[in-house]
This record gives sequence, C-alpha cells and structure tokens, in this order.
Amino acid sequence: MAEHPSEKIPTVVADGVDIVYRVNGTGAGRGSATAALNRIVRRRQTEKAAGVRRVHAVKNVSFVAYRGEAIGLIGTNGSGKSTLLKAVAGLLPVENGRIYTDGQPSLLGVNAALMNDLTGERNVHLGGLAMGMSREQIRDRYQDIVDFSGINEKGDFITLPMRTYSSGMAARLRFSIAAAKDHDVLLIDEALATGDRSFQKRSEDRIRELRKHAGTVFLVSHNNKSIRDTCDRVLWLERGELLMDGPTEEVLKEYEAFTGDKSAKPKPKPKAPVPS
Amino acid sequence: MSQVLDTPPQTPAAPPASADHDLAALAARHGLSVSGARPSLPEYVRQLWARRHFITAFATAKLTAQYSQAKLGQVWQVMTPLLNAAVYYFIFGVLLGTKHGVPDYIPFLVTGVFIWTFTQSSIMAGTRAISGNLGLVRALHFPRAALPLSFCLQQLQQLLFSMGALVVILLCFGVPVGVSWLLALPALFLQFTFNAGVSMVMARMGAKTPDIAQLMPFVLRTWMYVSGVMWSIDKLAQKDSLPHVVTVALAANPAAVYIDLMRFALIDSFHASQLPAHVWALAAGWALVAGVGGFIYFWKAEETYGRG
Repeated sequence: MAEHPSEKIPTVVADGVDIVYRVNGTGAGRGSATAALNRIVRRRQTEKAAGVRRVHAVKNVSFVAYRGEAIGLIGTNGSGKSTLLKAVAGLLPVENGRIYTDGQPSLLGVNAALMNDLTGERNVHLGGLAMGMSREQIRDRYQDIVDFSGINEKGDFITLPMRTYSSGMAARLRFSIAAAKDHDVLLIDEALATGDRSFQKRSEDRIRELRKHAGTVFLVSHNNKSIRDTCDRVLWLERGELLMDGPTEEVLKEYEAFTGDKSAKPKPKPKAPVPS
Repeated sequence: MSQVLDTPPQTPAAPPASADHDLAALAARHGLSVSGARPSLPEYVRQLWARRHFITAFATAKLTAQYSQAKLGQVWQVMTPLLNAAVYYFIFGVLLGTKHGVPDYIPFLVTGVFIWTFTQSSIMAGTRAISGNLGLVRALHFPRAALPLSFCLQQLQQLLFSMGALVVILLCFGVPVGVSWLLALPALFLQFTFNAGVSMVMARMGAKTPDIAQLMPFVLRTWMYVSGVMWSIDKLAQKDSLPHVVTVALAANPAAVYIDLMRFALIDSFHASQLPAHVWALAAGWALVAGVGGFIYFWKAEETYGRG
C-alpha cells in the first residue's frame, strides 16, 4: 500500500467490512415443517438452533481504491467476490464496518429489470430507465445500443419479444443495454464472457472505453488473462478473507500457485456462465 | 460456504495496516459517502421523483407482459374483470339471491367487485414487491419504494380497463350518465393513495417475512366479505340486528368507504343517504394515514431490502 502517494483521490474505501447472509429453512435434521414450528414456538433461542444459518460471506475486508485504478477481484468459487462487489454497489447491507464511496457505484447488469415477454425495443427503454438514464439519454443512445448488440444483423429482431431470442442474442442485448451508461465507479461481474467471438472483442473494447470514462473499475473474473489485460491491481479473496492486495502480476503468481496448474498451460477454460 | 480446497497459503496478506479510524478519516477527508446508507426523507422523495419514468414504464411493461402469450392478448384486460363480475353475479345474484332490496343490483355488484379487486391486488402485489423481485433489488440501485408504487400503478391501469367495461355495463343496465361520474376521479385518487400506502407497509413486512404472502389471501378474503362488496352495508344497518358499533365500523372500513363512494358517483339509485357520515373526510383520512404512514414505514427499512 506504500505505493499510493497521498495526492491520489480515493473513490471506494472499505473499512473492516463483514457481510453475513441469513438463510431460512435450513433447520437441522428431520422434517422441516416441525423445525419451522419449533422456530416459531421457541423464539428465544440462538439463530443456529432456530434453523437460520448464517453464512459469513465476507470477513473483515479493508481496502482503498483510487481514481483511475482498474482492480481485479479473484478467488475460487464462493469466495465472496460478487458479494463484496454488491456491497460496494450498496445493494447488500454490511454486517459490520463501512463502505464509503464517491458517488453511486453501479454494477454492470440490468438482467433483472428486463422482461422476456416484451420486445427488445421496449426492454432497451425499460433497462435504461431502470439504470437511471433519462428518457432523452435513452432516445439518443437507442440506435447505438441496437447496433452494438448486433441483434438486427440477421433481420428485424428488435421488435420481437425477447423470449424468441437465442440465449446468445439475449445476452448480447443485455450487455449492450448495461454498457450504454457511463459510470463513476464501475463494477463488472464476469460480463465479458457473453456472445460469440466477435461480440466478445467488441465488448472488451467497450469495457476499455467505459474504463476511460469511469473513475474506478472493479472486475470480477475467473479468467486470469482478462484480469491481466485490464487490471493493474488485484484483490484476492479466499473464504471471504482478503488474502492479498497488490500489483496484478504479484498476486496472480501466488493465486496461480495456489489453484494449481493454470500458469503451466493457458488452456481456454469453459466460458463462465452469464451472471443472471 | 463450503470450501473444499486446502487451507490457503499463509502468504503475507496485505490488508491495509491502517486502523479503522484512519480509513474512516480518509473517507471523510475526501467527502465519500457511506454506500447503501438510507437517504434522508426529502432526498428519498427526490430520488423517487427522479425515477418516475421508470415507475410508470415498469408498471406498463408488467401489464403488457401479463397477457402477451395469450392468443387474445390484451383483450383479456377487459375479459378478466367481466368474467369475474359474471361469476359473482351468478353466485350472489342468482343462486343466493342477495339482490333483494338493492336497486340496480348488477351495477352495484360489479362496481363493488372492481373497486375491491383494485385494493386487493394492490396489496397482494405490494406484499411480494420486494420479496418477489430480489433479483432486481440486488442488481440495480433505485429507491425501493419504486417497486410497490409501480405495482399499484399497474393495478390502477388494470382498473382503468375494468372501468371501461363497467361503463358499458352501466349503460346496458340503463344507469344514466351524470355529472356525479366526475366524482369517480377524486375517489380513485384517494383509493390509489390508500392502496399504495398499505402496499408499502406490506412490502416491508413481506420483505422480512415472506410467509405473509401465504397468509394474505385469507386476510383479504375475510376483509372482502365484511366490506359490502356483494351486499349493502346500509341495508344491514337498517335491520337493527347488529350493535351500532359494528355497523359503524363496517361502514367506516376503508374498502367499504371507497366502494360506496364509487357507487355513489356512478349509480344514480345509490343515494348519499346510504353513505356513512363524513364520507369524504373518511376517504381522505384513510388515504392520508395509509399513504404518509406507509411511505415513512417503508423508508425506515430502505437499506435492509435485499438481505437474505
């Protein structure tokens, strides 16, 4: 951390962050109906006995992100990367600690706001509004979004309901909508691995463009190559704990040694699923 | 969080050595704000207003998406309330003969059913507004009150379709068009405010305890039967078989107030004498209490939505 001179402007400060999920209905042992009844009858008992499991997803993580940085988040599955990202975006409440941000960080993703029964055209509007764009902004960028997605390359598909799209086409449209907005602090959760080869190239270019406009970019990815390409600093999370925080090469070297053979043969890994 | 991997190597991890108060001070020095903190009430209202286009677009989108797979498509918007009214007419008008003593029984019944359905579905949708849209809540940042409001707006749009059908029914049964029809507008506005308030209360409760969504249909059905949807509270009051307190309570319950106001507005044989005393004050009072109270109650838990 010594390499950050004092004139750097912090955009995200995480201060001893703990994030805990509580999951209902994991009552130990037999019939969950009786367990649920038990839970209601005996209110005054520990959460564990009440069948509520606490999942401590992120444990005491602190870091400072500065303007102009692109930070990769790595770690094995279930290590709390996406959870941390959501907390930075203010979408998940933290249990302990604080996250301070400059402006409103936004997660790159609008999937949840889109409706399969509506046409692509209406989804562009709906998704844009859901991300907080004004009607004028959406009108201005509508054609760009459609062109970028390439939906209309094979005919007039934008006026068909989204449920008729192939999964690749839908993913491309979703990415195009999500990437249409400029962000102060941009959080990307494995969004790069959608669509076919040519679309992937286009989206990587768009990410780089967004990076130029955004103050700070966070990228969650299992693809070490794309982390190397885009990030200059990496946070390594393991079991919710911040294991390493430093320059990309240093951290990735340790990470690759930890996970095994990845440095030996950079075989193309199976595509990470599109985050839904 | 089951990790099957070996214990991570004990590399000199580099969590910033700085103590907590240093980070807080750093954040304060650069004017950073706490992420995900609840905005102040005026700020919340401002944010909500900034998202008004999203609220209306989301409501319309939901409404259109509802029947988009059906062959008849949007015709169902009108068909569904009409079929509902037909079923209630068959049961309560023909089989049970509740209509005795109520003039213009079919307009009376259909108005009641439509207006009640508006409140009922708003509250049901509100109960699931957060718990049923966790994906949205966890993916995007917007004032969460946009969700229950949007669902209520969807129900209002749905009701406007029903009102179109209602006008046709009224004309078919020879109810004359009158100036009093204009009273439907303030009545609807007050009812919408009431519904939105109650849905926000239910949205917060449903977000914390999703089980409430299972319970609500029973609560709502009971509420419907005591609200004079299919029978006249006024007629019951005249019979003297019930204590005065009960009849006053029945007539003052918000659903009954809004239903009777709409009947008074639309049906000329439904006279002002059949309305409870101070009916507009009651209607406005319920709207104010539920609307403002519900909004504040919902806002108080704003930062917790999306957990668990």
